[in-house]
Amino acid sequence: MSDLHLIAITVNGEAHEVAVDSRRTLADVLRHDLRLTGTHLGCEHGVCGACTVLLDGSPVRSCLVFGVQADGMEVETVEGLADDGTLGPLQQAFSEEGGLQCGFCTPGFLMLGTALLREHPDPTEEEIDDLVAANLCRCTGYAGIRRALLKAARGGATEGWPEPARVEDPRLLTGGGRFVDDVDRAGQLWMRVVRADLAAAEIVEIDAEAARQMEGVVAVLDATSLPDGFVIPIRLGPYEGDLTPFLQPVLAGAEVRYVGEPVAVVVAEDPYVAEDAAERVVTRYAPREPLLDSAQHGAEPAVTLRRGFGDADAAFAAADLVVEVDVRVGRHSAVPLETRGLVADWDTQARHLTVWGATKVPHFNRGALARLLGLGAEEITIRASDAGGGFGVRGELYPEDVLVTWLAMRFERPVKWIEDRSEHLVATNHSREQSRRLEGAFREDGSLLAVRDRVRHDNGAYLRTHGLLVPEMTLGMLLGPYRVDGYDGEAQVFLTNKTPAGTYRAPGRYEATFARERLLDKAAAALGMDPIALRRRNLLKARELPHHRPVPVLGHEVVIDDADFAGLLAETLKESNWSGWKKEAAKLRGEGRAIGVGFAYFLEKSGGGGFETARIDVLADGRLRVSSGATSLGQGVETVLAEVVCRELDVARADVAVVAGDTDLVEAGGGSWASRSTVYAGSAAQKAAQELRALLLEVASELLEADARDLELGAGAVEVRGSPSSRISFAELAARSDALANGRHGRPPGLSVTATFTDAPMTYPYGVHLAQVEVDRRSGAVSVLRYHVGYDVGTAISPRQVEGQLVGGAAQGIGGALLEEFTYDELGQPQSTTFIDYLLPTAAEVPDVTLTLLERGRAKGNPLGAKGAGEGGTTACGAAIAAAVDDALQRPGAILELPITPTRVMRLLAGEE
Amino acid sequence: MKPAPFAYHRVHSVEAALERLHELGEEAKPIAGGQSLAPLMAFRLARPTALVDISRLAELAHLARVGDELRVGALTRHATVESGAAQCGEGFEVLSRSARFIGHGPIRRRGTFGGSLAHGDPSAEWCLLALALDAVVIARDRAGERAIDAGDFFTGYFSTALAPDELLVEVRFPRPRPHSSLKEFSRRRGDFALVGVAVALDLDRAGRCEDVRIAFGGVDDVPVRVAAAERLLEGEPAEADAFRAAAELCGAELGRGLGDEDGRLKRRLMVELSVEALGEASAGVPG
Ligand SMILES: Cc1cc2nc3c(=O)[nH]c(=O)nc-3n(C[C@H](O)[C@H](O)[C@H](O)COP(=O)(O)OP(=O)(O)OC[C@H]3O[C@@H](n4cnc5c(N)ncnc54)[C@H](O)[C@@H]3O)c2cc1C
Ligand code: FES
Ligand code: FES
Repeated sequence: MSDLHLIAITVNGEAHEVAVDSRRTLADVLRHDLRLTGTHLGCEHGVCGACTVLLDGSPVRSCLVFGVQADGMEVETVEGLADDGTLGPLQQAFSEEGGLQCGFCTPGFLMLGTALLREHPDPTEEEIDDLVAANLCRCTGYAGIRRALLKAARGGATEGWPEPARVEDPRLLTGGGRFVDDVDRAGQLWMRVVRADLAAAEIVEIDAEAARQMEGVVAVLDATSLPDGFVIPIRLGPYEGDLTPFLQPVLAGAEVRYVGEPVAVVVAEDPYVAEDAAERVVTRYAPREPLLDSAQHGAEPAVTLRRGFGDADAAFAAADLVVEVDVRVGRHSAVPLETRGLVADWDTQARHLTVWGATKVPHFNRGALARLLGLGAEEITIRASDAGGGFGVRGELYPEDVLVTWLAMRFERPVKWIEDRSEHLVATNHSREQSRRLEGAFREDGSLLAVRDRVRHDNGAYLRTHGLLVPEMTLGMLLGPYRVDGYDGEAQVFLTNKTPAGTYRAPGRYEATFARERLLDKAAAALGMDPIALRRRNLLKARELPHHRPVPVLGHEVVIDDADFAGLLAETLKESNWSGWKKEAAKLRGEGRAIGVGFAYFLEKSGGGGFETARIDVLADGRLRVSSGATSLGQGVETVLAEVVCRELDVARADVAVVAGDTDLVEAGGGSWASRSTVYAGSAAQKAAQELRALLLEVASELLEADARDLELGAGAVEVRGSPSSRISFAELAARSDALANGRHGRPPGLSVTATFTDAPMTYPYGVHLAQVEVDRRSGAVSVLRYHVGYDVGTAISPRQVEGQLVGGAAQGIGGALLEEFTYDELGQPQSTTFIDYLLPTAAEVPDVTLTLLERGRAKGNPLGAKGAGEGGTTACGAAIAAAVDDALQRPGAILELPITPTRVMRLLAGEE
Repeated sequence: MKPAPFAYHRVHSVEAALERLHELGEEAKPIAGGQSLAPLMAFRLARPTALVDISRLAELAHLARVGDELRVGALTRHATVESGAAQCGEGFEVLSRSARFIGHGPIRRRGTFGGSLAHGDPSAEWCLLALALDAVVIARDRAGERAIDAGDFFTGYFSTALAPDELLVEVRFPRPRPHSSLKEFSRRRGDFALVGVAVALDLDRAGRCEDVRIAFGGVDDVPVRVAAAERLLEGEPAEADAFRAAAELCGAELGRGLGDEDGRLKRRLMVELSVEALGEASAGVPG
């Protein structure tokens, strides 16, 4: 049934008449009917604000307004902000101040800011704070957004600034980004997944007849229609033992194992109709008893991993003191502001499948899809697109990736699927849920002799692409930056009836750091030692490096090559004014407030994954196009690559275009994960640039008839040193290299090089987190007053971006420490399926994060000397905040569970009374 | 998360709205700001077969003092109340001060006073204040108007005394209450309160409490007053000890029905928030 209305709306000054169904939201009218895709949908239920537009001048969430309600009104969207392509002062300020990373939330903030500055040209700081707290951002930690608004309000932004801070910025600030839902193909169908609504059950019958009869429905299919062997493969391995029984089928066959598991798909002409039809698919189940907690009686692990070295037992027997902690980290995850989505287009004649939306490991996904669909890898192209944050979960191969592509081939029409927010919260990888008992053997002087680690890892219902990576990583990285002679680690991996888990920013390390630092705090208290002194005693010293630890992580044993652990600690404590924080907290406690400070040390890892490819083409106009196997997830990889190439070849940034993650442009690639993009893709780009330089000089030397050694590069040209009149521009070189190549020297035509950088060992960045918190004794709520991250990044290619990564990472870590948790009721029904229940922090919950950034431990394994910086902002948040809460309550060792919710704090305080 | 189908009708007068609602039957609903209804429809938890769009009825967007009484039109936006201390006049400051707890700026600019009451969320600020300030809800159907005391208005979880073909047209606050306050706790800025409390009282010459109202949200299906605690304070000096005794009584009375863990937190919040609110109210309008 549709109820059509002809409406007249003016958008950015242009009048439109559109026929809309009354249930179509204004956001969908703008995005899909008017093709103004700058307005984004992050939740469709009024919480995130990404969809904010101005309606008759007033900011509104366009997902909460029906298009028909806007009849006769004036709408302003992000597309209207830039005057003929020049960024306005507010947009410019966002770029200059790091107000955006992935750019998905940015249009919403820009529209809020535009309205505010129009109404109050000189807003107070409080008004700005209120504004920033109104919308959600998952990347920036809000600091850059706040700075940008302040700058624009105080007239500090440079209008029409020639060079935006990042290559990505101009398109993202003007609504020109290309996110997957921005891709619409002519004649496309929409897929909707019918999901299990029980946690554990046998499927008795799926009745799709009513759905099939609906107008606009093309098909409804369940597992019986799929080819055999449609199972999600593991990407990261190998592991001992056969893991196939634990893999997820693309559609559930005989049984369902978690609420949200795909059981059928609807294919329809329109997303609204697809959803109507999905509701009409009736699945009958025979319910079973769900397993929801690995501690539940009778629960058996699916896999047990053991890692260790030295003689831990002997060390425990000889220890002066044995300390143990039982800790738990709650289930939470990346929850990027853009949900997942895919578009697949199958060209029957050309036998070619094109896919948009799988941003992370395109080459792996291409290979896996090729195997499943019976195609050659060369018959599939995965196109680069923008992505609204990844943080580990986006772009893995999920059941939907297989479904969308298979359906496109089967129906010979483009198929599109956009995950909605409620689906996202049950369908996309969860992470982090681990409990562990950790024991440490100490000498009286605080030396840590050995560690015994017993982990219960709840991986949800299946092993997906990450396989056993997280439990392996949590064992491999547990010991952190400390000297330990004996380690006895064991992780039991349980498959429960909950959403499958995978990696999330600092996977395994967030959990391990929490446990280890809690243990050290407890040991310090037991020994009457200052917790920092205890760390100092155990940190590896420069002369002990490189330090080899015989526990494998991603197939490499840990080798910490270069680090100044004590130096970073000293500098961070000084720069943060830690002793001032401590004094202040003690003084305020004296006045009756519950304020405390906490600290945690962590070791990160970055890189891994073999190789990366970069290609540089000199285009006809002399500009350079850099293509990489890395993907753009909001982390600014395009800027990093452009920066590296500009430095090597002395060209202006405006003359470099970057394409990240298009499988047609580079033959092979590793993708973007594990903070590897700068290390691998950056090194590959550097190598390609060096090869291109040699090629340019060689060709120019022929054309200029000069010795290559007398030539130099400058400003997009090659010239004879000391005689600037003999020069030849890149454009001309490009034009003439074709003809030149014709038969001479047998060089292939064109100016294009491809370079592969291989085999950088894992690098180990490290850092310190400091927190000052207040506990509200009335409510048990914890607020973070101050936060500081000290980090050694090796070499920062783009210091501003490193800062952005750390601050944004800290906001996520704080979310996981205090607010975010996927909870389930006793039947396994998920309780966090909206943005009202799954609490992403707003600006009001995230403090200003300050930084100490050192470039000391230059990584030896890559020419840039870079260590990744994607995760270190997150790793130690749980640990540092827990320590601070202990201190605030003056109860060492009290916090053993994350997130630290008011209810949990109340339980502690009740024990006190 | 796309809403189920419905038919849309825009109306330009209250009369037309009432006609429409009557003729469309029980499954039709008015839509005002849409800030509660649209999310419910996105989750398909609400599936009205028709919407009658009353958002443009300027005649219901008033905010005015008539003598002692404050009249708030159903379509008055939260933001209008927030910045409308002057129109509300003396003794109703608590309304403007409390508006900032409702969601965020863009939600307050679209959401309406009447919509909030009609939606009847048990922790909504306006619902609590309606109860604490003895508001009277004016409802109208084709036959005419009736007045419903706030105390009779909320009938259950998200349900009210309004009939399907009735519109809430106005909310009347009968007299100024300079000694009133609203306090609440939510884990995240802008969210609905986990627990909220609105209080109002008068002080006699000797500084003793009279006509006390204490209304809680977030602890039951509807916003609730605690008569026993109100009585306890009657005639007592407006002092911390008396407030705490009343607050403890509230916690004990309402806390009983609540489960263990979360119940403990909510009881504690009820006590602490009402002590604060009573303290602030007795101190009178700040500044
Ligand atoms: C992210 C977010 C946070 C929020 N936080 C809060 C908060 O902290 N506190 C709070 O109180 N609210 C909060 N809200 C809800 C908001 O205040 C709504 O505006 C309000 O609850 C409903 O008003 P509305 O005008 O939008 O009503 P609508 O959504 O249009 O309607 C709500 C219901 O009332 C009915 N209705 C509306 N007007 C009338 C009328 N005149 N007569 C009869 N029936 C009518 C409708 O049929 C519907 O059933 C939040 C909303 C969002 C999206
Ligand atoms: S608020 Fe509209 S999409 Fe999130
Ligand atoms: S930049 Fe805000 S969500 Fe990514």
